[in-house]
Amino acid sequence: MNIIVCVKRVPDSEARIQLSDGKTSIDPTGVKFVLNPYDEFAIEAALKQKEAAGEGSVTVVSLGGPQSAETLRTALAMGADSAVLLKTSAENPSGLPVARALAGELGGREYDLILFGLKAIDDDQHAVGGMVAELLDIPSASAVTEFAIEDGSVRADREVEGGSEVVELSLPCALSITKGAYEPRYPSLKGIMAAKRKPLEEKEVSLGEGNETVRLAPPQERAAGRIVGEGPDAVPELIRLLREEAKVL
Amino acid sequence: MAKFQGVDYFDTDSLLSEEERMVRDTVREWVDDRLLPVIQEAYIERRFPRELIPEMAELGVYGANLPEEYGCAGLNNVAYGLIMQELERGDSGIRSFASVQGALCMYPIFAFGSDEQKKEYLPAMARGEVIGCFGLTEPDFGSNPGGMITRAVKDGDEWVINGAKMWITNGSTADIAIVWAKTGELDDISSIRGFVVPTDSEGFTARDQKGKLSLLASDTSELAFHDVRVPDSALLPESGGLKSPLKCLTQARFGIAWGAVGAAMACFDEARSYAGERVQFDGKPIAATQIQQTRLAEMLTEITKAQLLALQLGRLKDRGSMRPQQVSLAKRNNVDMAAEVAREARRLLGGNGILVEYAAMRHMANLESVYTYEGTHDIHGLILGQDITGHAAY
Ligand SMILES: Cc1cc2nc3c(=O)[nH]c(=O)nc-3n(C[C@H](O)[C@H](O)[C@H](O)COP(=O)(O)OP(=O)(O)OC[C@H]3O[C@@H](n4cnc5c(N)ncnc54)[C@H](O)[C@@H]3O)c2cc1C
Repeated sequence: MNIIVCVKRVPDSEARIQLSDGKTSIDPTGVKFVLNPYDEFAIEAALKQKEAAGEGSVTVVSLGGPQSAETLRTALAMGADSAVLLKTSAENPSGLPVARALAGELGGREYDLILFGLKAIDDDQHAVGGMVAELLDIPSASAVTEFAIEDGSVRADREVEGGSEVVELSLPCALSITKGAYEPRYPSLKGIMAAKRKPLEEKEVSLGEGNETVRLAPPQERAAGRIVGEGPDAVPELIRLLREEAKVL
Repeated sequence: MAKFQGVDYFDTDSLLSEEERMVRDTVREWVDDRLLPVIQEAYIERRFPRELIPEMAELGVYGANLPEEYGCAGLNNVAYGLIMQELERGDSGIRSFASVQGALCMYPIFAFGSDEQKKEYLPAMARGEVIGCFGLTEPDFGSNPGGMITRAVKDGDEWVINGAKMWITNGSTADIAIVWAKTGELDDISSIRGFVVPTDSEGFTARDQKGKLSLLASDTSELAFHDVRVPDSALLPESGGLKSPLKCLTQARFGIAWGAVGAAMACFDEARSYAGERVQFDGKPIAATQIQQTRLAEMLTEITKAQLLALQLGRLKDRGSMRPQQVSLAKRNNVDMAAEVAREARRLLGGNGILVEYAAMRHMANLESVYTYEGTHDIHGLILGQDITGHAAY
């Protein structure tokens, strides 16, 4: 069982984000970058599969700047066997050119399963997984919380609004993983040492045209709270506001 | 629980390798996820959270700077120091556990043990399956361990140990005790040797130290040996003289110099965020007052100095040129610094500062033990004094 996991380097969810001068990208100074948390689920799922099968390999692939090598080493420290960095200088490229570059790389490799995180937490596009599968012409399922492989096919539980859906796909296929059965492991300290000795291949890629980011904007500052009165007398007014203004009742 | 973002005013991160940062971040995350949610309760229940022993083993915390061939992580000393920093950011008791297991028990087996002892104990201890304690201090011999009266007498191919040890961390949790005893006359310090004594040996008893007001999430015990018989293979063959246990203490003190910084970082972080939220007088947060600002400025200044001290100490150790006196300086400075920072944080927090829901007072109380163990603050001053003047004053 050869599994490929596509991963992305993203700003830490707790990082304070500032926009760079052109307002089309974020200013990376002082921002901590991490392995995208949804990709951690995917890596965990891949490692579990490999451990259960007792054979096979897990390859992690990332497209990004030279710093993405660090992100790949985090995945190697968790237990992946080898890594490929598709190096680009493009700043926040959009989904389709990224998917084309990934598909170009993966198309030349042997794989049974390709895993993605449900989405990258920086641009929230949910785009690349499905696109890569389409470009490679393999079946895919998104928002998978758990899956099992039997006789060349995958049974996957998908998260749907208010419940779950079970789908079956034939191998090879692509899945995007969300929070569910795969609580990511900590990289072990031994794993961190071992990661240095695992293969990490770097290749330059050039990306095609995609969407252009015209402008990024921070969310609106939250307005200060309002006190509508005190004690039981304030209740009718509070209910009216919750109904008519906040529209939550 | 919010993730800890670190305290790094002088960008010391840029002085760390990627690997060192990755080690630090891994342990940092573990402390946030696994230790902090249970530590308050463990502390007031006065118990060491034993359930965390296997998780720390899985991470590879025990003896993390010892070689991979013995199942250890093989990290450099800076990475090891960063582990201690993060553990003590959680609680000094947890760092103490890891220090004792790694620096005081695995290290002497590694440094003074036979090949058989290394193979028998080190991998199992790295896996957390065998827990150790370190018995040097005695009821009447603390700062002056060379005066010990515990003895080991050869009888055929066995050793018979008699005596008592006090203040022994992990004492009642441990599977083995590294016991230091005189094998010759009581005035012969050079006859001190180390033994690996299974705690289920006949005549071995461990009793919890009652009435502690510090380091509550840690086991501290008295050990007694009544005709405890161990085979000759229990002797650490390369140990000899007081310098052997002192070498172990240098390892542990190195970790403490880092650990104290972690406790101080936790207190500073808590104080800063509390100051920003707590509003008194005119609707302004107390962070907007001059007194609390200089209080926070003092804390941050001292933490920053201690971070640089610990880091350079680690670089010296990795280079092989660290001197024990430098460890004394760092342990003395950093623990004293942390104790002050914890106290100031506790005060900044007002009434809330005495509650277990906040970390400051727990750290403050813990650090009083850390100030005393592994060579008291005073004794490290005397070690430095001797190094500076050439006159021993102790
Ligand atoms: C929580 C805890 C855990 C511990 N864990 C361990 C352990 O795992 N293993 C172990 O072997 N020990 C352990 N210890 C023991 C610890 O190392 C000793 O407590 C310490 O060395 C001090 O010894 P003492 O308590 O006997 O104090 P004393 O040596 O009696 O010192 C009392 C006071 O006198 C001062 N003093 C001593 N000598 C001089 C001098 N010449 N000049 C001036 N002042 C002096 C000291 O600084 C101190 O202020 C632990 C202690 C504590 C509190």
